[in-house]
This record gives sequence, C-alpha cells and structure tokens, in this order.
Amino acid sequence: MQLTLWTYEGPPHVGAMRIATGMEGLHYVLHAPQGDTYADLLFTMIERRDRRPPVTYTTFQARDLGGDTAELFKRALRDAAERFRPEAVIVGASCTAELIQDDPGGLAESSGLDIPVVPLELPSYSKKENWGAAETFYQLLRRFAAKGEARPATCNILGPTALGFRHRDDVTEITRLLGRLGVTVNLVAPMGARPADLARIGDAAFNVVLYPEIAGQAAAFLQRRLGQPFTRSIPIGVGGTRDFIAEVAALAGVDPAPLLAEEGSRLPWYSRSVDSTYLTGKRVFVFGDATHAVAAARVAREEMGFEVVGLGSYSREQAREVREAAKALGLEALITDDYLAVEQAIAEAQPELVLGTQMERHTAKRLGIPCAVISAPVHVQDFPARYSPQMGFEGANVLFDTWVHPLMMGLEEHLIGMFREDSEFTDTAPSHLGHAAPVPRAAEPATPPAPASLALSWSAEAEAELKKIPFFVRGKARRNTESFARERGLSTITVETLYDAKAHFSR
Amino acid sequence: MSLALEAGCEARPVLRERGQREVFCGLTGIVWMHRKIRDAFFLVVGSRTCAHLLQSAAGVMIFAEPRFATAILEERDLAGLADAQEELDRTVARLLERRPDIRLLFLVGSCPSEVIKLDLAKAAQRLDARFPGVRVLNYSGSGIETTFTQGEDACLAALVPELPPGDAAQLLIVGALAEVVEDQWRRLFAAMGVRDLAFLPARRAGEMPAIGAGTRFLLAQPFLAETARLLESRGARHVPALFPLGAEGSTDFLRAGAQAMGVGEARFRAATALAEARAKAALEGARARLEGRRVFFFPDSQLEVPMARFLARECGMEPVEIGTPYLHRAHLARELPLLPASALLSEGQDVERQLDRCLSARPDLVVCGLGLANPLERQGITTKWSIELVFTPVQGHDQAADLAGLYARPFARRERLRV
Ligand code: SF4
Repeated sequence: MQLTLWTYEGPPHVGAMRIATGMEGLHYVLHAPQGDTYADLLFTMIERRDRRPPVTYTTFQARDLGGDTAELFKRALRDAAERFRPEAVIVGASCTAELIQDDPGGLAESSGLDIPVVPLELPSYSKKENWGAAETFYQLLRRFAAKGEARPATCNILGPTALGFRHRDDVTEITRLLGRLGVTVNLVAPMGARPADLARIGDAAFNVVLYPEIAGQAAAFLQRRLGQPFTRSIPIGVGGTRDFIAEVAALAGVDPAPLLAEEGSRLPWYSRSVDSTYLTGKRVFVFGDATHAVAAARVAREEMGFEVVGLGSYSREQAREVREAAKALGLEALITDDYLAVEQAIAEAQPELVLGTQMERHTAKRLGIPCAVISAPVHVQDFPARYSPQMGFEGANVLFDTWVHPLMMGLEEHLIGMFREDSEFTDTAPSHLGHAAPVPRAAEPATPPAPASLALSWSAEAEAELKKIPFFVRGKARRNTESFARERGLSTITVETLYDAKAHFSR
Repeated sequence: MSLALEAGCEARPVLRERGQREVFCGLTGIVWMHRKIRDAFFLVVGSRTCAHLLQSAAGVMIFAEPRFATAILEERDLAGLADAQEELDRTVARLLERRPDIRLLFLVGSCPSEVIKLDLAKAAQRLDARFPGVRVLNYSGSGIETTFTQGEDACLAALVPELPPGDAAQLLIVGALAEVVEDQWRRLFAAMGVRDLAFLPARRAGEMPAIGAGTRFLLAQPFLAETARLLESRGARHVPALFPLGAEGSTDFLRAGAQAMGVGEARFRAATALAEARAKAALEGARARLEGRRVFFFPDSQLEVPMARFLARECGMEPVEIGTPYLHRAHLARELPLLPASALLSEGQDVERQLDRCLSARPDLVVCGLGLANPLERQGITTKWSIELVFTPVQGHDQAADLAGLYARPFARRERLRV
C-alpha cells in the first residue's frame, strides 16, 4: 500500500487512452466503473480537444457484479463498433475490472466483430501511465506492423501521443529538421496514424524515437521484427540536437555537415552574451520523466553554465539512464514517485532554480524558488497557443527563454544588491521571482535541512547581518556559513564566522 | 441501451436509461468536503485511478498539503486480505504521525476496495481504538455504488451515528454549504427569533450538533437520501421544502424551517422580505440574458431538478431535457410539480443516445460535465460546466443572482467574442 497525495502518472489505461486518442480510426472499449470516465476531461479540458476521446466505458455498477458484467462488456463493444465504425478496437480492463476478471480480450474475440480487436493486459496494481502507453503501442505494432520496402533515407517518428508534453510542436520541429537533412518521414505514430498506416511502417529504413518512455519498447520490437534500427539520442538542447543530426545522418546515409555548420539556435550566442554571466553556476534541481530530466541536466550544465545540484525522475522503467546521468554529474539520482520526497530533496539542496514538473512548480512556489516546467504530467499551461517545441534548434531557443524567464535578470540582481540599504528596498519588492512576493518562511525553509545544523546556533548580530543579504541568495549564504562552521566544529555563528565563510567560499 | 418510459409521481413520464454513464464517482465529494470540515482527513483506500481522479477533479487546487490522500493498493495487497488490513494500519500510523492536527479520519472505500471486500468498517473500529484523539470513520465513495454528489451523502451518513443525542428543539440544516451562506441564514433565523439552529456538517469535528426527537431538519441539497434516512431513524423529522435555489426556493426553504420552529408568517416576512426583494431585483439582469433560451441538462449532481425549476420559473428559460443520475421522488416532491410539462425528465444515462437527443434538439445551453463541454462547444453549442454549480456558493437569496450569473456567463462571453 502506497500513501499518495499527488501522482506523477495516471493508471496504465490512461496511457492506452493517450495512444487511442492520439490515433485516428481506433476505438478503445474499457471495462470500467462510471467514475473512471473522469479521464475524458484530461483530454477535453487539459489538452482542449474538441472531440471526446474515442473511448467507451462499460460503467458497470455494484448491482451488475453478481449478474453479468461480461454480457455488459459485449454489448458495449458491439454498440461502440456499430456507432463509431472504427478500423480497429483495443479492449481492456481498468483497475476494478481487472479484479472481476471478465477477460475483455477473450470476450471480444468471441463477439465475432469483423474488425481487428487488440486485447490489452495492463496490470493496474503494478504499472503506470507511461508503461500502459508503451505496451499499447507495442501491442498495436505487433498486430499491424508488416514488412515493407525500406526506402533509403526514410524514417518513422515514434512516440508522440495525445496529452504529451509539447509533442505536437516537437513533431513539427523534428519533421522540419529531418527534411532539411534530406530525410523523408514515412509515418508519425501513434499521433495522427490510423491502424492501417501502421501496416506500412516497414517502408522506412529506420525509426526516430522521440520519447523512449512511450516508444522504446515498440522500437526495439521493430528492430527485431523488421530489422529497423532506431535513434538513441534525444534532440533536446543544442548539443542533443547536433548529436541527433549526426546519428540520423549516419542511419540515413546523408551528409550532416551542412546542417551542422549552420548556426541553428540562438542559444549558444545568448549564453555567451555578457548579460548571461549571472547565470554562471546557478544551482539547479532537475526532476521529470527520464528523457526530459536527463536532457535538461545536460542543457543546464553545458549550455546554460548552471550547476546541477539534483537530478531525479519518476520513470522507474528508465531509472538506469537517470542514474548514469546523475553519476556523471557526481550526484545520486533521486528515483521516486513520491512528490513529498522530491520536495524534501529540493528543500535540502536549496537550488536557485528548479526545472521540474507541475508538481515541482508548486513545491518551488512554496519554497520561494523560481521554477520552469520541463516535463509531464501536463497542465493546461503546457499546451500554449504559440509554437513552443522542446526539441530541435527552436526547442533550444524555447528552453533558453523559459528557463531564464523565472530568474531575476542579472543586472536587476546587481542593482538590488547596490541599493539594498535604501529605505525603498524591501524584500517584498516585486521581482521576476513571481507575481507575489515569496512568503518569508519560503525563502528560508523553516525546517533545517540537515539534523546536524540543529547543533549550530546563530548569534543575534549574525542573524541580523544575514538579513541584510538579499533574500534570493540568503538561503545559500546560510547554508554555506553553516557548513563552514560545522567543518570547523563551531557551535555558534557570529558575524565574524559569516564573513570568514564568505571569504572562504569566494576564494 | 435499455429504455423505458414510465409514469412519474406527477404522472410525468420519466425516461430511464442504462448505458454508458459520464459522471464522476462519489470520491469527488472529498474535494469539497475536506475544505468544509477543517480538521478532517480523507484517506481513500483504492487504486492509482482513484488518486488520479481526485487529482484531476481537484484541478488547479493544489494545496501545500491537501487533507486527502489515497492509500494505493498494490499487487501484494491483493494477494491476501489480512495483509491489506495490516498495511492499512501502517499507512494510517504514518499519516497520523505526519499530520497530528487531524481529529477526524475518514477511510473512504473505492471500487477496488469494495470488490476485494476489504472491510473498512472493521479497520475504522480498530484504528479508532488505537489512536485516541482521532475519530476514525468510514464510508464508500466507490463508482460502483455512488455517483458524484452521493459521496457527500455517504460521508454525512457516516457522521450521523456519531452525533451525540439531544432532544432539545432545534432546526438542523443538512448539507455542506459555503460559510457565507450559513452565516446569512444564521442572521435571518436570528431575526425570526430562532437561535437553536445547527448545521451538518459543522466546520470542525468536535462541533457536530446533537440530534434527537426535538430535531427538525431541512435538506439543503437534493442528494442526501441516506443521511436523511439515518437522521429520521434517530428521531429527527424532515421538513419538506423546495431546495434553496433562487428567490422562490430560498423563501420556501426558510419559511418551512420557520414554520417548523413555530415562527409566525408575519415575523417570517419581516425577517426575510428584504432579502427576497433584493434577490428578485438582482435576478433581473441575468433574466434578460436567459429568458426564452432552451436549456438541456446532462445528469451529474442531482441538482438538476431544482436548478431547472429555478431557471424556468425565475429566469424564463425553457428546459428541454432534465437528466439526473437519480430521481429521489420523496425529496423532490415539492419540486417536480413546478417543472414545466414540456420538459423531458430522464434518469440514469446512456451518454451516446443522450448526445444524439441533445444535438437534434439544438438547445441554447447545455449543462454538462467537463468531459463533454468542449466537444459540444466545438459543435456550436454553448455549455455550462456543472461542476462549478457544486463548488460555488449558490444557495440562498443573496446568491440567487450569482447562480443565474453562472448560467448567463457563457452567453455573455459568446456575445463579446468577435473571433
Ligand atoms: S470509479 Fe471506482 S475505481 Fe474509478 S476512481 Fe471512482 S472509486 Fe476509484
């Protein structure tokens, strides 16, 4: 039993819904109680879809349980096939139906529908949303993928779904990028594909995997069945995109040099521009799905000049990749789907910027730390009206803007430092840190991070001196001073200790 | 799927349907109940789906740390039941350690916990004995047994046996209401000389009212069937009234309460005339916008019948279909005769057929859940999300215009937009 307040991922059948809703001509018949229909609003409200997801729920009730829920399922399946006339149907059970063991797959088979029916086994009590999406996509390909005429310099783009974090724009950006390389896109799937389209997936020479959480399993299968190799590099950030271009060019047998010679993104110049000096060594905490978190950590370090002080993910299936990336940064990866554990890790690391999910955005707001969202779970804000990819060169521009935006501009920071003695200056002056000033408690977490710090006390003068330091660096000053004092076995921090520590750390 | 026309109590035909329902389960009630009882915590014993539903229904309301959570059943909990009970004890112990401020803990059953027959009543008893200072109760909000607002009914019903006995005469108003509404009614009843007024639920666990033979109760919500039944079994008597929506509903509701407490009509009028006149005047603006428009209700909160009555009689709207998940005839006895004869009353749901009927009727306004709103808007149909009607203070005279405003706003928005 797992105590959960907020979850990063929904149940696995929501993953299957993301596949069905992303595709065309596919219908999902889900054996589930009425309350599970809430999932429709994820698509119609969060993603603002103008159609209901192609899902029929059997909505069985307690009084059906003794009787014939199996019959109810068969009727719902027949009615859905007749009403929506899909090309194919996927069938499965939600958590409750899994317990009553009606076997939707078997029932569907015996129902004599004249369209393909793909049964899904999505264990609700051990797996989650991304796993469900990956498994559904894989099962669809197992059923429909066929050998084709693999044309050279042709690929499929695999992974984008409904309710994906910027999938819509990533596909546009990467399709454009591939076009400029001279690579033709044979098929994008699941997004926009019909079941019949999946049969011609073999017409491509290789696969581009944008989101391994969703398409990794499918790509490995296609490699086994059709001999299609697939890409491993993720085109996020300038470095990631350049690696991706090189990898694709090798798979497609085209020359990457002209595209690599171009400027591509504004990020490199913006990062080198002197106004970005203040970004140097900013402490960032990164958390998200594995793909976005690992990529963000690289961009943060190599392209923004930040210091990554924490890296983690809720994607247990991809934990290995995250652990490796963290290790390379000298960190221990945080693999958890408990948002309170993430909150605690953030409070302890005292970063100056959080790159996380909507969950971390709320945590960061409470702690008074700037935050940019880099990964699902999605929120209505993650479907901006404007073109806003995360991938490719334009994606790198978007990352630069969205990560820098929440930070106080360097010059502004400098000016506040200069004028902080003035009576007009207060800690609650409006800033880029948010529309409302952070609560004082948030700037200095009330709960001391490490138990060892309990033994340390601050003299009244030192505490007063600390208050003169601008609030957005105060946490860092406090932490540095305390670790300095601890190292030296001091029990009381005086004004002298504060300045000794300052001198020590600015060496 | 199955479909039958049947005579209602007013000889009004009721369309009964069985098919896909598009409504939340009773767990959703936690979203407002946890804000109402401020030292209560709601622990759902369920699946990842239940946790996801709560999170999605709570929408943008992400609190520092909400007073609800889900104990997610995992594979090993399903293996053996004894195990699940022990796990639950551990989970509750951890929770109470983290949240020492909790005085009342509800273990909330879900479909999975019901299907595996996890005995939460037994668990509540055991935990209650183990943690002095915390009352542990249980109810089910499962989707196989409850629809949306029925979760509130189940929660309040779990509280009824807990209420201390007391035979003193009092008026009890039942149903979670916004505090602003409670305060208004306290003032109005005080002006009538009624001081023995109590609300269920109270704002804190330790402040729940006593009940007994002297208790007369008004239902502020139409979905409290089980709570009402249990109150009656403890000697309290139900005071029939219209539900307090709109000026007419609010007046009838308050008058019924006043009469039950022996307040004369003159005194009642003196206390409420101003509020009623204010409500009527305030409704004029919205009425201008709503008059003559046709409204279609998808089933959702069980508030549909009194809402339709209000829109028809006070805003001049024409209800085309009034869908409700469950029609409680006894509690709606005063409401049903006031509905226009032309409106189709439907109970239960087959969402596909209902959408067909809706699209062919082309109403001016559709009241529906969040899953259907945008798809209907895309087809050019103006919608009002029903969930807002549950989350917003709408009861009482001084909220009548706000209520009409909720229905008028989609039209106002359409009129403004030039894109
Ligand atoms: S319908 Fe049942 S399984 Fe679904 S969220 Fe509600 S209680 Fe949980």
